[in-house]
Amino acid sequence: MQTTVNTAARRRKVLRSVVKYWPFYIMALPGIVYLIINNYLPLAGLQVAFKRFNYGKGIWDSPWNGLQNFEFLFTSNNAWRIIRNTLLYNLAFIFAGIVVGVTVAIFLNEIRQKRALKVYQTGILLPYLMSMVIVSYLAYVFLSPNTGVVNGLLRRLGSSGVNWYSEPKYWPFLLVFIQLWKNLGFNMILYYSSIISFSQDYYEAAELDGATKWQQIRNITIPLLKPTMITLMILQLGQVFRSDFGLFYQVPMNQGALYEVTDTIDTFVYRALLQTPNIGMSSAAGFIQSVVGFLFILAANGVIRKVSPESSLF
Amino acid sequence: MNHHHAMTRSAHAVLILLTLAAIVPFVLLIIASFTDNNVAITEGFSFFPSKWSTDAYQYIVNEKDTMLRAYGITIVVTLIGTTLGLLISVMLAYSLANSDLPGRNFMTFFVTLTMLFNGGLVPTYLIYTNVFHIKDTLAALIVPNLLMNGFNVILIRNYFATGVPTVLYEAARIDGASEFYIFYRIALPLSKPILATVGLLMGIAYWNDWQNGLYYLNDTSLYSIQNILNRINENISFLASNSTSGVKISDLPTSTIRMAIAVIGILPIVCIYPFFQEYFVRGIAVGAVKG
Repeated sequence: MQTTVNTAARRRKVLRSVVKYWPFYIMALPGIVYLIINNYLPLAGLQVAFKRFNYGKGIWDSPWNGLQNFEFLFTSNNAWRIIRNTLLYNLAFIFAGIVVGVTVAIFLNEIRQKRALKVYQTGILLPYLMSMVIVSYLAYVFLSPNTGVVNGLLRRLGSSGVNWYSEPKYWPFLLVFIQLWKNLGFNMILYYSSIISFSQDYYEAAELDGATKWQQIRNITIPLLKPTMITLMILQLGQVFRSDFGLFYQVPMNQGALYEVTDTIDTFVYRALLQTPNIGMSSAAGFIQSVVGFLFILAANGVIRKVSPESSLF
Repeated sequence: MNHHHAMTRSAHAVLILLTLAAIVPFVLLIIASFTDNNVAITEGFSFFPSKWSTDAYQYIVNEKDTMLRAYGITIVVTLIGTTLGLLISVMLAYSLANSDLPGRNFMTFFVTLTMLFNGGLVPTYLIYTNVFHIKDTLAALIVPNLLMNGFNVILIRNYFATGVPTVLYEAARIDGASEFYIFYRIALPLSKPILATVGLLMGIAYWNDWQNGLYYLNDTSLYSIQNILNRINENISFLASNSTSGVKISDLPTSTIRMAIAVIGILPIVCIYPFFQEYFVRGIAVGAVKG
């Protein structure tokens, strides 16, 4: 009896809040509708991976075809290649990003002159602001077989130059380098903003004890940075199934000769959807990316809740 | 104290090198756009071309109808997209920050899930083209993916939840102000710093976007600057086939034209960026942990 009275009272209270705050629902509505269109309908649309898609019938009415799309994908040899490339590049990006980002942030923290600090930050962040199309043009200035700076130098040295856009062996290095170059400013700021929040007391005490700069970095800065490094690394590991479409599509200029080392899940999905086209294979690869990616993020978040609960996503 | 100086000096040395490494490719791009096309082909691009030329820019001036339209589309899309996106994001974030709102937890979950799980390109493309028929419309450059994302909403919500005291709202309610009035006259002005930061990130994303054009446009008259650059990358003869002055591809200084168009594409960002640099740095820093 008591409980029913309580629930009734609570229900009235909730109802009063709903009435009192109705304008909030109106304000939330456009954003919610957008998420339904842009995010939730596509989630429902993932079912197309198990269908033989027909434009006339659309996603919901196309006939089911079981696991056929996945069979095609895995018998085509593409699956292994794109998954391997996606994972390996991401691991290289994560590792290089942390090492270089932390190092440069520590250097930046040594700069006391405001003006110099601003010049360095502004300069190093510039590439991060550019679209991948622009980055591909910058790369082309250097790598173009006929007009590129690099081949111009090589020719002056008596070599005939390298056909960069048809030689796969250089691209793993080039892509890691270009990704690092574009994102260095971003990584640097991430760690720098963490370093400047550390209490100066540690450093002053160390200085009194006669610690060298290097000792301070090794025994104070790096240990204090560790939680940030671990958190960011786990969050990035949660994303290893996603690749930067622009980097892998634009910078190698979608050259077929390079696919062995430049094709990732995202470039494959795009080509199979709009260029080849083979919607079945494309949707199967996309489905794997979405579902496995989701599981990776859940796992990453689970780990983060253990190591640093305040930075978990949910 | 000596080793301190040594450390600072090497820090300067490394950072100067990295700053140059970041900027030099852009300088080369600009020089390439002013290089004589034949010199570019025989000698390659370099810092000191043996012959300079403004032919590439001459071509752009001749084709100013195409270029100005693309520029206009980039600007319109950036302005509409950023304004509209910021508005719906801040309204949703403000609602989520109201801890008395029934259903708030569910709505927060609804937003958060979109950050973890997404359908990817295939279903998104099929929904937008097959259900909403967005192909070859201006909306195709504005709506898909860029208009709003859960990450920005949560960022703004956190700002409201921690940076704006709720007593301000309560006081206004007691004075009889409507909720819309409170949002517009109290919450919005107080959230200016976060709106500037998020708005800047959204504006750059729109200015730089080429993917929506790649997926959803066949009609070249809707191309933004980035779409034109992307198309030239795919096929240099796009320049001649879309020419309004009727030039032949063989008469064009194609090697340098593409560089000149790229220069024009980045010019506004390079010019205004130093003034917004601090907002931009703050944008990265606030997103850092929840990145």
